[in-house]
Amino acid sequence: MHDDHDHDGHHHDNHLDPTAARVKALETILTRKGLIDPAAIDAIVDIYENRIGPRNGAKVVAKAWDDQAYADWLKRDATAAIASLGFTGRQGEHMRAVFNAPDTHNLVVCTLCSCYPWSVLGLPPVWYKSPPYRSKAVIDPRGVLAEFGLALPDGTNIRVWDSTAELRYLVVPMRPAGTTGWSEERLADLVTRDSMIGTALAREPETA
Amino acid sequence: MNGAQDLGGQMGFGPVAPEKDEPYFHAEWEKRALGVTLCAGAMGHWNIDESRHARETLHPADYYSSSYYEIWIKALEKLLVRHGFVTGGELASGEAGSDGTTPRRVLKAADVPAMLARGGPCEREIQAAPRFAAGDRVRTRNMNPAGHTRLPRYTRGRVGVVETVHEGFVFPDTNAHGKGEDPQRVYTVVFDGREIWGADADPSLTVSIDAWESYLEPA
Repeated sequence: MHDDHDHDGHHHDNHLDPTAARVKALETILTRKGLIDPAAIDAIVDIYENRIGPRNGAKVVAKAWDDQAYADWLKRDATAAIASLGFTGRQGEHMRAVFNAPDTHNLVVCTLCSCYPWSVLGLPPVWYKSPPYRSKAVIDPRGVLAEFGLALPDGTNIRVWDSTAELRYLVVPMRPAGTTGWSEERLADLVTRDSMIGTALAREPETA
Repeated sequence: MNGAQDLGGQMGFGPVAPEKDEPYFHAEWEKRALGVTLCAGAMGHWNIDESRHARETLHPADYYSSSYYEIWIKALEKLLVRHGFVTGGELASGEAGSDGTTPRRVLKAADVPAMLARGGPCEREIQAAPRFAAGDRVRTRNMNPAGHTRLPRYTRGRVGVVETVHEGFVFPDTNAHGKGEDPQRVYTVVFDGREIWGADADPSLTVSIDAWESYLEPA
């Protein structure tokens, strides 16, 4: 480690690591050539850092818990039902909602790249895009769930959805007991990102 | 292609290691990498399938030792050189040289919200009747194309059941290589875990893929 640092520090005088320098150089070249506008990059980052995230999906799930007609619509035409709440666009153009049930737990993966429903969950976490999860989810999903601290009851079937085409999957976890009469806002607080990927269940009311 | 990206069922990568309260970005450069990739894509000279193929053609050792945004940047450099926007010399020196390809569009900040909200729908109308119906048994083709494909190796030559018949979608295997959209219907096909992984597999496991019609044969 010490040697690496000395070696690195020897031939550049800024504080960028090699990848940061590479990205900065690329942005600079493309900007100078008039191919990209750095302000557009700022706008993209602002949207994905501050405006689009798993709270979107949580609203969808909470509404489905609270409103059977909406749940039916979500099951039939998730793209339209989700768009009705204002969530559309890139990596959410073709949505499917898959519903957990007492006998079936759903888990979503993209073994071939990192397909993920950005419009409802935002940008994917690193683990979702990385080889350990992508390799293991389809052959040993219970082992994966154990790493997330989730042990499903015996007799629960596991359905893994490998997102190999342009359909993007949103897991609708089961509504926790003890939430009768809750508002959609309060219900949404129980819906975590991981529960909509399938690596967790919705939070129980006492832990919310 | 049977590249590093095709990970289903591979072993030895260690724990998933989810990070608690993970931020969207772990460094400033990751933000710029996302933005540069989307802005360059918005020029309109390549499609998502060509982008994916550029990532999966990284050498496996490079792919596995790179973070996902690093993979994006390395692939983006390939795309920019291939389409004549930059040269290898520019990338090596970090200095912009003479003009290359003229972009069809340059994304402006004011247009970003609309561009992201529009996305890139790739559903296409198909006139022909679907070859398969829900409930049909199908076998995935045993194929090993050198180019881009979205049929994972672990599901090739396997028998499954069509669960859902979808609309037509742009066919990645041609679209990635400038050979047109050639839309085909997509089917959600479900496999018993034991059909894929053998008798020792978890008997409670089913796995589905979304498969283009030409990936499937009657079984």
